[in-house]
Amino acid sequence: MNKTWNNKAWFMVLPVLLLVAFSAVIPLMTVVNYSVQDTFGNNQFFWNGVGWFSDVMASDRFWQALGRNLLFSIIILSIEIPLGILIALNMPKKGLGVPVCLVLMALPLLIPWNVVGTIWQVFGRVDIGLLGHALVSLGISYNYVNNIFDAWMTLIIMDVWHWTSLVVLLCYAGLVSIPEAYYQAAKIDGASRWAVFRYIQLPKMKRVLLIAFLLRFMDSFMIYTEPFVVTGGGPGNSTTFLSIDLVKMAIGQFDLGPAAAMSIIYFLIILLLSWIFYTVMTSSDEQA
Amino acid sequence: MARITLDHIRHAYGEKPKSEADYSLKEVHHEWNDGGAYALLGPSGCGKTTLLNIISGLLQPSEGRILFDGKDVTHLSTQQRNIAQVFQFPVIYDTMTVYDNLAFPLRNRGVAEPEVDRRVREILEMIDLASWAKKKARGLTADQKQKISLGRGLVRNDVNAILFDEPLTVIDPHMKWQLRSQLKKLHRQFGFTMVYVTHDQTEALTFADKVVVMYDGQIVQIGTPAELFERPKHTFVGYFIGSPGMNVLPAAIDGSSVTVGGQVLTLDYRPAVAAGARTELGIRPEFISLSRDGMPVSISKVEDIGRQKIVRAEFAGKPIAIVVPEDGEIPAEPRVTFDPAAINIYADSWRVGREG
Repeated sequence: MNKTWNNKAWFMVLPVLLLVAFSAVIPLMTVVNYSVQDTFGNNQFFWNGVGWFSDVMASDRFWQALGRNLLFSIIILSIEIPLGILIALNMPKKGLGVPVCLVLMALPLLIPWNVVGTIWQVFGRVDIGLLGHALVSLGISYNYVNNIFDAWMTLIIMDVWHWTSLVVLLCYAGLVSIPEAYYQAAKIDGASRWAVFRYIQLPKMKRVLLIAFLLRFMDSFMIYTEPFVVTGGGPGNSTTFLSIDLVKMAIGQFDLGPAAAMSIIYFLIILLLSWIFYTVMTSSDEQA
Repeated sequence: MARITLDHIRHAYGEKPKSEADYSLKEVHHEWNDGGAYALLGPSGCGKTTLLNIISGLLQPSEGRILFDGKDVTHLSTQQRNIAQVFQFPVIYDTMTVYDNLAFPLRNRGVAEPEVDRRVREILEMIDLASWAKKKARGLTADQKQKISLGRGLVRNDVNAILFDEPLTVIDPHMKWQLRSQLKKLHRQFGFTMVYVTHDQTEALTFADKVVVMYDGQIVQIGTPAELFERPKHTFVGYFIGSPGMNVLPAAIDGSSVTVGGQVLTLDYRPAVAAGARTELGIRPEFISLSRDGMPVSISKVEDIGRQKIVRAEFAGKPIAIVVPEDGEIPAEPRVTFDPAAINIYADSWRVGREG
């Protein structure tokens, strides 16, 4: 068959190209612009090469914040993914329970991030918060304002509460797409509950799990609003994640150069890690 | 392998069925012989899959008992009944190799590994997939996958029966033929009891010793392909089996004479028709001959299907189909005669025999 060449098609992608240029490429380029220059005010800029980049890479502050980010992401992924699968496996497949469960699951996802932060900020307060006050009344020492462990626990539980639903919904979508015949065949083959999970449900959930994993990783790695509202990065710097540090640097200290360099490094890390996850998790597909 | 007895089985999907119409499967009382090949034939929604799932134990019948070799298995699980089933869409375990797929049912039952290996290799040979043993099952074609589904049933040499739920639906036509003959060969070789659900009459007639025709939740006829063709017990069977189906014409019966479309035919027996019953005459298109003598018809269309011609005509205001050989002539003033031996008389849709 002969291919028809029609260069007019390029005009069709022009609107998208413009939109992406204005919304992503141009802002990104201004950041790139800042990251390689220095200024002493008066809108005068001097070429600084990779100076800011090497400064950032050499600072303990950056590596510590990065470490906190990674730790946070690892913890919440290792809770939310198994928990999400477990809940999805136990959700009803038909009847009135389905819409009820779906709505309940979707609720936390509908709440704006800063509201989630505010809810937990109040919830955990030892003077008026339901959780905080109850724990203290029970004689359990809890204070997310001055105890590092409590601050982390609060953030982790908040994130699990907020985002496990996403994993549940994605897994559930994967599970309901499995035809009934698979379960019937497994029964006939005498498969155990574990074998059904391992050889039928898990393989069918693989794709959605990959998406859940990537989304949760990227989101948790970029987390900003909730810790900003709940702990403000404290106590000390113990919950100062890269994003919080970045805002401190860019807006608090007005160090545009280092902040720009840091955001580019931050962006590249996320890009790199996401790419690695994606490649590793999809590679098994190709070796069929 | 086992003899399967269906003892007054009925099934309704809803709770507490009130009337006969609530039953998806109306009373079935029948016995299937050990080692027989049965086909359940019927249109979609006639209850054939329901019946199959009751036999396999995936469904509990609302009423009645099911026995294997005289032993009541009604309340036993699928696993305990030791049944194999092949589904409409091939079910394979994607992440396993072909070999592991076949070994799966045995390993689940704790069979020792050397024995597993021996039997899996035997089955791989049988279904012509020996060279695929080490490959991941996901890369296979639909017919190969279906062979694996079948193989998972055959690998357990003690199964009571193998059930097939429209297994060739997703298979390419040219492969269908091949798989079907392979299946027949395996059946002859091993003699397992085999129940095969289909809505394709060719499949049912070529495959089974006995065809069970179902319609609207009940079994309307069980018989050999020849019986179904020559003596359909119900007008539905006549219509469903054969292509085109049997012609069914309203007829008035008086003793041994039949009045159809103003013409009187005489039978060599007196059908025992109850008074007030709706009576019909059934005649297959193959047994109507078109010539210059007989009863007048008007032809509306002639379909040439290669080896023969199908003539669509109107007889006494009713559409009928006539099969004419390829070289048969179609006269200008066509008339038809019915082969008297091929005439069946129906009262309220059920066939009335010469007996009684």
